[in-house]
Amino acid sequence: MTPDDILVDVQGVAKHYGTGETRVDALRSVDLRVHAGEVITLLGPSGSGKTTLLNVIGCILAPTAGRVELDGDAVFDGKWLRSDLRRLRLDKIDFIFQAHNLLPFLTAEENVSVVLDLAGWPTAKGRARALELLDYLEVGHRAKVKPALLSGGEAQRVAIARALAIRPRIILADEPTAALDSGRAQLVMDLLRKLATEQKACIIAVTHDEKIFDGAAMSRHQTFQADGMETKP
Amino acid sequence: MDLAIKEIRHGLLRFVLTCFGLGLLMTVVLAMIGIYNGLVADALAVVKAPAADVWVVAAGTQGPCAEASSIPADTREAVARMPGVAEAGAITYQTIEAAHAGKTLRSYVIGFEPGRPGGPQRIVEGRGLGTSHFELLADRKTGLVPGDTIRLGRDRFTVVGLVEDAMNSGGDPAVHVTLADAMALQAALDPAAARVQTARGDGGLRPPTVAAVIARLEPGADVALLTATVRQWKHLSALSQAEQEQLLLALVVDRARRQIGLFLGILLSVSAVVIALIIYTMTMEKLKQIATLKLIGAPDRTIVGLIVQQALILGASGLGIGLVLILLVKDNFPRRIVLEPFNALVLTGIILVVCLIASGLGVRAALKVDPATALGG
Repeated sequence: MTPDDILVDVQGVAKHYGTGETRVDALRSVDLRVHAGEVITLLGPSGSGKTTLLNVIGCILAPTAGRVELDGDAVFDGKWLRSDLRRLRLDKIDFIFQAHNLLPFLTAEENVSVVLDLAGWPTAKGRARALELLDYLEVGHRAKVKPALLSGGEAQRVAIARALAIRPRIILADEPTAALDSGRAQLVMDLLRKLATEQKACIIAVTHDEKIFDGAAMSRHQTFQADGMETKP
Repeated sequence: MDLAIKEIRHGLLRFVLTCFGLGLLMTVVLAMIGIYNGLVADALAVVKAPAADVWVVAAGTQGPCAEASSIPADTREAVARMPGVAEAGAITYQTIEAAHAGKTLRSYVIGFEPGRPGGPQRIVEGRGLGTSHFELLADRKTGLVPGDTIRLGRDRFTVVGLVEDAMNSGGDPAVHVTLADAMALQAALDPAAARVQTARGDGGLRPPTVAAVIARLEPGADVALLTATVRQWKHLSALSQAEQEQLLLALVVDRARRQIGLFLGILLSVSAVVIALIIYTMTMEKLKQIATLKLIGAPDRTIVGLIVQQALILGASGLGIGLVLILLVKDNFPRRIVLEPFNALVLTGIILVVCLIASGLGVRAALKVDPATALGG
């Protein structure tokens, strides 16, 4: 691993809500460095700040203090506009949700190609890429089906296809296997591991199951306490 | 990718039903506009029909359509001889109820001299009055057809032709008869009453009167000069056509017009609130999807476009349905519904503004949505 491989560099990040007696510290001085190809699982009880950290890395939530660098760009330094962060999110970051959060009015294929459409890809090229991904994730035969008619596993694979559509360098996953049975969960995890390796991306996943990434070549765990203070991995 | 259209197609039945509901509301709005216009058009129909330039009426009155006016019938000859007058005709108005086809027909009887100003401008079916007595031209809304006969007063009249859009300000359809017949109708007494009058020594030798004399002027003639001259005759007054129309609107239909106008205003306000509520609710129902779109990097213009497009499609569909419905049912209203392209254009403008304002509320809510809502936690 070299310094050039660092995709996510979080240094001394803190996030609190409210002031005085009502102040709540969601994150306290969190340090996290993730390299290309790495798979990180954020472990900890509910309310420990895992999702807050995911939101900060995903440029959804500005930290109260600290420094965040994504693929070499220092964000939240006061120079980035909301639209810049959204563009960064569109180009380099993608999310896999606990609930698949597919748009119910679009077919599986359209749910994937919508991201490419937003990124300015030509329609035909975007559709081809969407079908390629769906085939790769073995849901190509369900491309024209709307989410309401997909099984939980199929919907989650479509969501993963959407997350991978623009070949993001940073994939943030919030309980990506919570809605899946153990067999499907393992398949999804294997797939994410493979993608991290093949696409030189990093995956940061919030989970309660520390074993889901066991066996990955470059996987490690980051544990959070209930008050948002990081402990050693 | 057109997200607005795809979302509409996803819940098509619901959207269509919403549009239909809005369409019904638009039908009511358009009906009120039509009733408002119809009231004005009906009120003016009777004074516009003779295509006169000057109305000579009894002194101190506002003309035969606004109040009772009675002037000697020979005034017509005096007016016809005035410089600048091309032609003049005497005219009478009265409302009569007559039995026809087992029902009571209330009609506005206009007496005029065939060949002189005062008759209908266009006969849509049949022919004009060919004899001096007992023929009439009826407005189509009377339900009479050429060949029908109807008893007016003590005489039976034959319908020889039909006209359209001839009625008084109350909406009673007009029938046109000769001036002689109209004057006889006004003077006719029940036979028993006539015998009593004769026994009292009143032979009924009163000079004949008419409601007004209308004149058409020669090109270039001065209307103001002519009316000023007539006013010097003390027992007469004169009004230009424009003054007659203005008086009619101000005196006869003003209250009803303001009443309907106010109701129309309330109806438009209610429509605006309903449209705003529908669009706002539609937006609030998809906040989670909007959060997802924002999370995957959709720019604000995509979110705004989604909401505004749907609002405009909803407004346009509702207006379209409203227009089609009102055009289908307008002839079944008891009174005339008059809709001009200008009215549809103005309503389109109002609906456009309402939709944009309503979308503004939805857009505001949508843009405030935190993308983290989609992520949870």
